[in-house]
Amino acid sequence: MRAGLRRFAANRLAVAGAVVLALLVLFAVLGPLVYPTDQVTTDLASANLPPGADGHPLGTDALGYDNLGRLMVAGRVSLLVGVLAGALATVVGTVWGAVAGYVGGVVDAVMMRVVDAGIAIPAIFLLLVLSTIVRPTVGMMIVVLGLVSWLVPARLIRAEALSVRTRDYVVAARAMGATHRRTVFAHVIPNTVGTVVVNATFQVADAILLVAYISFLGMGVQPPTTDWGAMLNDGISFIYQGAWWLILPPGLAIVLVVCALNFVGDGLRDVVDVRGRAA
Amino acid sequence: MTTAIPAAGGADAAASPSVRTARGGFGRYLFRRVLQSLAVVLLVSVIVFALLHALPGGPARGVLGQQATPEQIAAFEAANGLDQPVVLQYLAFLGRTVTGDLGESYLLNQSVADAIGVRLPKTLLLTGLSLVVAVLLAVPIGVYQAVRRNRAVDYWLSALAIVAYSTPTFFLGMLLILLLSQTAGLLPAAAPQGSGVAEVLAQPAGLVLPVLTGAVPIVATFSRYMRSATLDNLAEDYVRTARAKGTAYRRVVLRHVLRNSLTPVVAMLGYYLPVMFGGALVVEQLFNYPGMGLLFWSAAQSSDFPVLLGCVLVISVATVVGSLLADLVQALLDPRTRGGLR
Repeated sequence: MRAGLRRFAANRLAVAGAVVLALLVLFAVLGPLVYPTDQVTTDLASANLPPGADGHPLGTDALGYDNLGRLMVAGRVSLLVGVLAGALATVVGTVWGAVAGYVGGVVDAVMMRVVDAGIAIPAIFLLLVLSTIVRPTVGMMIVVLGLVSWLVPARLIRAEALSVRTRDYVVAARAMGATHRRTVFAHVIPNTVGTVVVNATFQVADAILLVAYISFLGMGVQPPTTDWGAMLNDGISFIYQGAWWLILPPGLAIVLVVCALNFVGDGLRDVVDVRGRAA
Repeated sequence: MTTAIPAAGGADAAASPSVRTARGGFGRYLFRRVLQSLAVVLLVSVIVFALLHALPGGPARGVLGQQATPEQIAAFEAANGLDQPVVLQYLAFLGRTVTGDLGESYLLNQSVADAIGVRLPKTLLLTGLSLVVAVLLAVPIGVYQAVRRNRAVDYWLSALAIVAYSTPTFFLGMLLILLLSQTAGLLPAAAPQGSGVAEVLAQPAGLVLPVLTGAVPIVATFSRYMRSATLDNLAEDYVRTARAKGTAYRRVVLRHVLRNSLTPVVAMLGYYLPVMFGGALVVEQLFNYPGMGLLFWSAAQSSDFPVLLGCVLVISVATVVGSLLADLVQALLDPRTRGGLR
């Protein structure tokens, strides 16, 4: 554990990523408490102000919402949906992959063809179709995003489970009378945890990107709720007036958080690799 | 250790090439992969069919609109066999789809097949151009990084690739519009309009920003593939042999290593089709480029389900075929596979 921490600390980009991530979470979660703004009632009298005007450090948007405050509440939605959808995808994918890899044979073949079929339908297209069918609330976005992005972890964990299931401790557990269910949940899945954790980081990064895409395409959470992608969608109408303050802050926030998660994931992979080599 | 279990890889797309050939050559592998792909396409059609039935009110409400009366819906269902068992309905749907009948658009006064047929070539043009630009950039970048591995330049280019990969395509496009079009006034931000590929090509200035926006994420991914493929090849014996025979390092890299590392990377393009379609969706929406992505987006805005599901079906089949081809090319090209085939 301590060796792992040292290994992680040696990867400077990973540490920087973790710091940036922590700051962004603080910004979104605690920011509105320090810097409270009204993000529900529109204020057309002070709409489209440039940065710095009238006590609005980042200006206001077309409806008069303070842009800095909006960046915070939008961040809450983006991060919440990203983290929970990534977690849901990881859980579903891990169980699916572990069962397929552990059982093997026809069951495995059928389960993995389902994964292939899911991967064949690009997530963003499926998401757009689904958001025309269901009302895209925050909770619904989490479920829908989680249910279209569990496929990659399923493939990864299945590959791990294929090797884990031949290990002596799994064979021994079965010989001692452990049920299949117990073997999968107590032996197979815990021994794939490195892969699961590393992949979960990338899952969250991808989920945050996907939410942004859906919202940018106008099919995400509905006003007055907003997220960073929806802020960009609102900002694009003002791009020709050069209203950069409506575009750069949410865009850079997405890039920062996704980059940070990717760097952290790389750092975690180093940690896991070390353990794999020692074993 | 895993090879000891015969049951493990019954139908294993991810099996290593040596495992494939151990089971009876390329012909057998080809046959198995084609069968698998057919199974996947069938499953995709089941998913699309299920989506069609998940619509509020089912397909009848979908075709007749939200104002349809229960009587109209009953009549429509009887006329179109929707009162039949689901399995029969699915088979009928499958039969229509196989013959190219994807239904009628609610809004376009056009069949879905025609609507896609008119726009698909323009999307292929846009993504094709992005792809060419991207490969022309990614190959030299990846080779350069491999040659200068673990130096500062390699480190920074890798970090830059992660930043580019983490940047949503639409934000990148907006940045380019803001910089090159709005501030500098160099390039138009609106894509060329027109019904055919020729009209689009007649306005090349308008293509620059969309093509560039589509190319950057591909560069980010493929320069990484290219870097690692080149690194693998640089470690091979033939490089040492060529160097020992007195061939200049530069010549070894450009003639031998480049050729050997390029092929697997180009084969990777087959797996990359879904990402490219996704990119086209955003780029076309952002620049108002009249391709299949924009068709899909406007269909989503107006709940034009036949168009939505038709597009999903076409894109998914293309994705399956793309990864099948990539698998086959890789199995053919991998020298270890070839050795095992004889």
